[in-house]
This record gives sequence, structure tokens and C-alpha cells, in this order.
Amino acid sequence: MSVITIERKVLEKNDVLAGQNRSLFKQHGIFAINVVSSPGAGKTSLLERTLGHLAGRLSVAVIEGDVQTDLDAQRVAQYNVPAVQIVTAGGCHLEANLVHDALANFDLSNVRLLIIENVGNLVCPSNYDLGEAMKVVVASTTEGDDKPLKYPGMFRNSSVLIINKIDLLPYVNCDIAALRANALRINPSLSVFETSCTTGAGIPAWSDWLIARTEAGGA
Amino acid sequence: MHELSIAQSIVEIVLQHMPKEEGVSVRSVRLSLGAMAGVVPDSLEFCFGAITEGTPLEGARLEIEHVPLRAHCNSCGADGDIEPTLFVCRACGGTSLTVLSGREMQVRDIEIEEKEGVR
Repeated sequence: MSVITIERKVLEKNDVLAGQNRSLFKQHGIFAINVVSSPGAGKTSLLERTLGHLAGRLSVAVIEGDVQTDLDAQRVAQYNVPAVQIVTAGGCHLEANLVHDALANFDLSNVRLLIIENVGNLVCPSNYDLGEAMKVVVASTTEGDDKPLKYPGMFRNSSVLIINKIDLLPYVNCDIAALRANALRINPSLSVFETSCTTGAGIPAWSDWLIARTEAGGA
Repeated sequence: MHELSIAQSIVEIVLQHMPKEEGVSVRSVRLSLGAMAGVVPDSLEFCFGAITEGTPLEGARLEIEHVPLRAHCNSCGADGDIEPTLFVCRACGGTSLTVLSGREMQVRDIEIEEKEGVR
């Protein structure tokens, strides 16, 4: 019997491919964001609203990740932006190789902002680097104010928190101040936006921030 | 539930490192796993057992070394364990923390066995 030392990261292969994606983004001056949330928090609605606001101001491309169907890519394509659907067929998250393959569908020299909508899941996507500049986590008021405490990994690894569905605050048991405080306790450096995709509230501020960050080279 | 793909990655790494001769089997795989790695140990063990059937890893034990979440406090300078749901320094209550450990997921080493008479 003998022992063989290995000392290798389990997700090393993904990390290497994510690094290649990151180099590609840098080379083309693309600001890439990885949008994560639980299912139904409103990622695609937020994306639609954002695309509406960015139209004519910024060249955007979208990668949609879902377990099944290309319904989301169809929704996004109505905004005249290049959109690619990744169907994970059961997989609970996107991995760097899937994003790498999807990038072949775009003319990267014409993309400034790449929005990757991950599979709805607050656990698994936090482990898989896709090469993005930052993760944006969406939490909706209908999910309650304790989500950040239940899923600290995701909130810790994100740079932006979008609190969505604020129009429903009068009807749901969610203390938005507590939601903010819980998220900032896990990650004090989060930038926080409050939005409603029904009324459009908060969408301009979030979109303008995206433009500013894209123009600053995603720094 | 990404434990299955994590288990597959572990098996791939082990197969790359183990001797290619026949009759070699793996007795155990040591894995370090951070408290904030986002992996459920029981689920990982179950998946590992299921996908190693019929491979040189069949019957191998997955030995998980748990790595606590530790952070350096940027306010008081203390290094210490912290609660994953409460990102505050236990010494001073500071919230500006730099994580030192707790996100690890690394294959450390394997224990292999060569069947007698094969070599």
C-alpha cells in the first residue's frame, strides 16, 4: 500500500477555462457579468427591462442558461441583441466550458457588455467561475429578507445585489431594510439596487451604472 | 445538487494520478473541503460511491477533511474562525474581513493498493 500526493483543486479544469474566457473578454474590452438568483426572482424580466433601457446606448450580448427550453433566449431576442441559449439538460449551473462554446456564436469585437444569466439556483453557481468580471445576485421581495443568511456563499461572492419586485412590498412579509442589512453583513462591499420590472422603478439607475462600469473597462 | 459533477471531477483527477498498471486499486481519497465550499458532504459521499462502481476506485473511502471558515479582521487584526451566516469578527465585532480559508475543495492524496502477484 502506498500514498500518492495529488494536491489539486477539484474545479481546476473549470478555473483554467474560466481564465481563458477572462482573457478573451479582456482582449475584446468586454465587461462580463454573471447574473445569479433563485428560480423566479426575476432575472429574465430584469434583463428585458435592462435591455430596453440600454437599447442604442451599449452593444450587449446575452447568454441564457436554463435546465430546459430556449424560452428565455426567445424573450431576449425580441430586443434585437445577439442571444445564445445554453440548455444544461439537468445541470444546476453553468460551467466555464459551456460559456466558452457559446462565445463562438458572437462577433466579440462588437460586444461591450456580456450578460450571462445563470441557471436559477443560489448554491451551485457560486462555485463555478465563468470568467466574469463580477457576479450580480438578484433577490426578490417575495423570497423574504433572510435569503442572504441562508445562502451566504452566493452573497459573499457577488459584487452587486439587486432587490427586485419592490412593487410587491405592501403585500409580502419582507422587511427591505433587514434584507439589505443581512446582505451587507455577509458582504459589506455589495452595491445595492432596488428595482421593479413591473413599474420600471430602479431600472434607469441600474442600467446607467452598467454603462458607467462598462465604459470604465469593468474596473 | 452539483455534488455529482464534483464527484466526477474528483474521480477524473484520481484516475490521472494513479498508476496505470492492472491490479491497482484505490483504498481512499483524501479531500479537503471548506465550510463555505457549497458542497453537502453526505451527498458528495453518496455520489462518489455511486459513480466509482466498476472503476479502479470502487469501494474507495472518501475521507473528507473539513476546513473551517477563517478570516483576518481588517479592524483589529485578529485571525479567527467565523460563522458563515454571521460575517463578523469574534474578537471585536468588525465586519471588514478578509477570508483566509473555508472555500477549499482540493484532492490531497490517495492511498493505493497493488494486488499481490500482479507486479
